[in-house]
Amino acid sequence: MPIETIIGGWVATGLTLFIFSFLYKDNPLFKLAENLYVGVSVGYTIIKTYDTVVVQLIWKPIVENGEWTLLIPVAIGMLMLTRYVPKAAWISRYAFAFIVGVGSGLAIPRTISSFILKQIEDTVRPLLTLIPGEGVTFTWSLLNPASSVNTIIILIGVSSVLFYFFFSVEHRGPGKVVARTGIMFLMIAFGAAFGYTVMARMSLLIGRLTDLIEFTDPSYGRPSLWLAGLTILTLVVMARRSRSHPPEEK
Amino acid sequence: MIFLRRQGPLLVTLITGLVFAAQYYVPHPASEQMLTSVTKWLQIIGGFALVLGVSSLFHVHAAKIRRKEAGWGYSFVLYVGMLGTIALGFWSNGKEAIDGTMTAFGWIYNYMMVPLQGTMFAILAFFIASAAYRSFRARSREAAVLLIAAVIVMMGRVPLGEYLIPISGDLSQWILNVLNASVRRAILIGVSLGTVALSIKIIFGMERSYLGGGKE
Repeated sequence: MPIETIIGGWVATGLTLFIFSFLYKDNPLFKLAENLYVGVSVGYTIIKTYDTVVVQLIWKPIVENGEWTLLIPVAIGMLMLTRYVPKAAWISRYAFAFIVGVGSGLAIPRTISSFILKQIEDTVRPLLTLIPGEGVTFTWSLLNPASSVNTIIILIGVSSVLFYFFFSVEHRGPGKVVARTGIMFLMIAFGAAFGYTVMARMSLLIGRLTDLIEFTDPSYGRPSLWLAGLTILTLVVMARRSRSHPPEEK
Repeated sequence: MIFLRRQGPLLVTLITGLVFAAQYYVPHPASEQMLTSVTKWLQIIGGFALVLGVSSLFHVHAAKIRRKEAGWGYSFVLYVGMLGTIALGFWSNGKEAIDGTMTAFGWIYNYMMVPLQGTMFAILAFFIASAAYRSFRARSREAAVLLIAAVIVMMGRVPLGEYLIPISGDLSQWILNVLNASVRRAILIGVSLGTVALSIKIIFGMERSYLGGGKE
């Protein structure tokens, strides 16, 4: 096995265990891994942005294709850096104004088309379906999201939730019933989102535990076992030290 | 000068906003080309925004190290991680692998970033579970509905759950595809209406907070 893979196994195991040590309590090993994570992530983002923006979007198009117009966004981007000079900081407003103006202009028609009209169109669908051979039918299948019965449920859900968030009318009488229905739909959606998130996190946890099991292999030098012992020992020593030298009260 | 400082940026927002809102309704190749170019421009300008964010992080941690504040050693670790990754990234030309061989930058990604990121999010599973245990009691009808929906979705997404409650898989799909979709759609419509209203306010200069403070 290549030496970089073995070292990688040890580093990955150590960092995984350091983060897991937070489950016991906040400790220096966790803080070390946490700050390293922030540093590495920022470094990675910088390199990826440099490669995508500076190399692929600016340098290569200008040098290889002579797209000199790209110097305009570079100049606008440079305006942002005037934030560092207090007297000239107002110039950076032009860069922000350009970004926000373009963003707002692009957003209006596209949001109306894709997120308002299209969503309403998909909500208000025909209740009856034309099935070849069977004619016009009302479909009862719950498992088919496009069935007639689900169309009614979706229509009720969308309308009641929208009504619940419509505060210009007091939720009384029939309005209260509609708003309560909206709350029920919201609770189901929040529960589903919660369950979905928990399972996604569980999946990540299983992935990390699978790696830890893999790194108990003798070909790696059993880093999981050695480093787990070392982490536990460090935590015990730290706990004893903090008990014998309690932090001074300020 | 006052015009350049105050009205100038608002004029830029007004003109760019109106031009790019109108662009959607002009199906001419030149209009499409303009959209493609400005999308690329926004990516380039966004890259400069990263400089602002990263320099702020640099300043905060540099000050901690300089003043030897409590926990300054961790700031040093952050610097080492960041500068080390940047150095190896330049050395590897920003590529994780070249001709199928892992680079030093790829090593950092595979053996440091992936385990750290995965474990950070994985420990949230424990905190979500403990938070659920403490607050997830069915104290009202709404809480009970939330609890039942969560349990069904959780059961429906693992083989063991489907084995114990055979209907949970189908029920989970129905909750996600129909009930959850209807709520998401309603929220999306509401958020979109808000986005359109805010965009109109920005274009016509009624909303100016994005310009920031500082000297007029």
